[in-house]
Amino acid sequence: MSKPFSVSVRHFDHTPVIDLHGEINSLADDDLNEAYVRAVQADPSVVMLNFSDVDYINSKGIALIVGLLAQARKKGRKLITYGLSPHYVEIFNITRLSDFMHNFENEQEALGAATVEVKA
Amino acid sequence: MMKDSRNWWQVLLRRGSREPQSAAVAPTLNALSVVEPMVEMIESDPLLLYFQHSPGALDIETLQLDSPALRQLRASGVKLVVPLMSQGELIGLLNLGPRLSEQDYSSDDRALLNTLATQASPAVRVAQLVQQQQVETQQRERLEQELRVARLIQQTLLPKALPSLDGWNVNAFYQPARAVGGDFYDFIDLPDGRIAFVIGDVTDKGVPAALVMATIRAILRTSAQRLITPSAVLEQANDLLHPDIPPKMFVTCLYAVLEPATGRLLFANAGHDVPYRRTDGGVLELRARGMPLGLMPGMSYEEKEITMGSGESILFYSDGLVEAHDTERQMFGFPRLQALMQQWDERTDLIAYMRDQLESFTGVGWEQEDDVTLMTLERVCDVAQEESMHANGTWRTIKTFSVPSQTGNERAVMENVAEALASFNLPQARMERLKTAVAEATMNAIEHGNQNRAELPVDVAVLASDHQLAVRITDQGGHTPIAAKEEPNLEAKLEGLQSPRGWGLFLIKNLVDELRVGGDEQHHVVELLVNLEEGQS
Repeated sequence: MSKPFSVSVRHFDHTPVIDLHGEINSLADDDLNEAYVRAVQADPSVVMLNFSDVDYINSKGIALIVGLLAQARKKGRKLITYGLSPHYVEIFNITRLSDFMHNFENEQEALGAATVEVKA
Repeated sequence: MMKDSRNWWQVLLRRGSREPQSAAVAPTLNALSVVEPMVEMIESDPLLLYFQHSPGALDIETLQLDSPALRQLRASGVKLVVPLMSQGELIGLLNLGPRLSEQDYSSDDRALLNTLATQASPAVRVAQLVQQQQVETQQRERLEQELRVARLIQQTLLPKALPSLDGWNVNAFYQPARAVGGDFYDFIDLPDGRIAFVIGDVTDKGVPAALVMATIRAILRTSAQRLITPSAVLEQANDLLHPDIPPKMFVTCLYAVLEPATGRLLFANAGHDVPYRRTDGGVLELRARGMPLGLMPGMSYEEKEITMGSGESILFYSDGLVEAHDTERQMFGFPRLQALMQQWDERTDLIAYMRDQLESFTGVGWEQEDDVTLMTLERVCDVAQEESMHANGTWRTIKTFSVPSQTGNERAVMENVAEALASFNLPQARMERLKTAVAEATMNAIEHGNQNRAELPVDVAVLASDHQLAVRITDQGGHTPIAAKEEPNLEAKLEGLQSPRGWGLFLIKNLVDELRVGGDEQHHVVELLVNLEEGQS
């Protein structure tokens, strides 16, 4: 059974993590944008997106992520992803999202990269 | 009745005037003289009434009546009139001029004449009936001759042979009514292997209808060679026919052009009965708007296009079929025809089936009211053709199912397909790709094809050959070729130059080995193909 979309925000020091859950489709639009607004309140230079608990992303979900990325780039902010399944890694490659968002296997690796980015 | 009676009067008087000697059966009648000109009597003439109530010889000099016929008789020199009666009906008069001796007719003369009239009346009546029968026979023969001419014109102009097309069955049947209606059909060879199918009906019957049919046939054959589209052919045919067609006559006509190689059929209709097309999804009407030919100049005709799939059939027909009546005066009708088309076993001949159905509907001894014309076009269900279409051998159906058009059902379809294909042991990555492609194609079918109308189904078929898997997703939105959309460009999207959306088709194309799109007037079909590797079939 598909799990409905939900989202929460955590912070590691100055780096916010947006934890995504369930299915990312057009219904996720409002919640995702609201979470992003919360995540960037302190104007971080990096935002991490956690896909570990995401089981399905459709083309409209891809469009939402493109929207987030466009917002982030306007502010010179970087998005880092982790926890994507191999299939969605491939989807991010096909759509070339992976050219603009580095993807890491787990939170620890992503956090390491984020720290480097913050210091830089 | 009076018209006939009046004719009999004339006959009798003419005969009396030309054959006076025939009346010389008694010496007294030597006095008979010729009466010229012939006397005519109208139904309301009081003399007629008088004779009917006063049988026996009558001296007209003494008669006081305001009668035009009486005046004519007197002017013709008639002195004595003897009515001829048969079964209480006045059938003629014996008119006698003055006796040569210039004496009045005696009572013996009158008695003799009355006897003569009584004896002659049956013979005169028989003669009249014989003559009437001869006139009717002549009229009937003239009519038969006219019908023979009409039949000859029609039969000469109807096709002598059926077209022979690889992968297609074409058949036709024409049965004229006794009065010969104006039905016609035709096949016209066109450049590039295309062929035009024509069926039509001229109002009116007999020779006038046959002549108009010959005219429109010639016009269509000429226009077909010069013009490409069915609508243009009908427009020109209408404009050429209109000035010459007799008043109150017109022609219904359906004109369709088939490309046998592709199954593409373009058609336009000038008010003819709508053909039925039998598909896997049911029986559909081939509708296209247009006025009959010859009614008004400057008409335009809607043009439609379909692609006939393997195993599909079209029935073209004339109103003689749908307007046939049974013994209870019930009409055959369109709903019955559509239902029969659905029930037809495609292994049998469609025309023979329809003729059987018509015969059992009308009953034995049916007097056919109008011409019946049937024309069928069937795309042969050819396994070799199917195989060559799919290039990889025979296909078998693994699973078929439908879902209502509600957002979210794309995931159910995705899981259903995955379950159906579980035994093929696809590598997980390939299965995941196919699942996403299936979900995207289903989402398009729900939202774009079926417009989120839950009552419309999305039909899914999962097929397998020795070398490939196919998932066929069908919606009810009708086939439209995929528009040449802008390829999604992430940079442009990030810069706000493209919408962030528009990834669906792009993903599908990148996730399966082959994407095919097809369908017909009512269905849009997307087929996703995945190649199998060794040991996966």
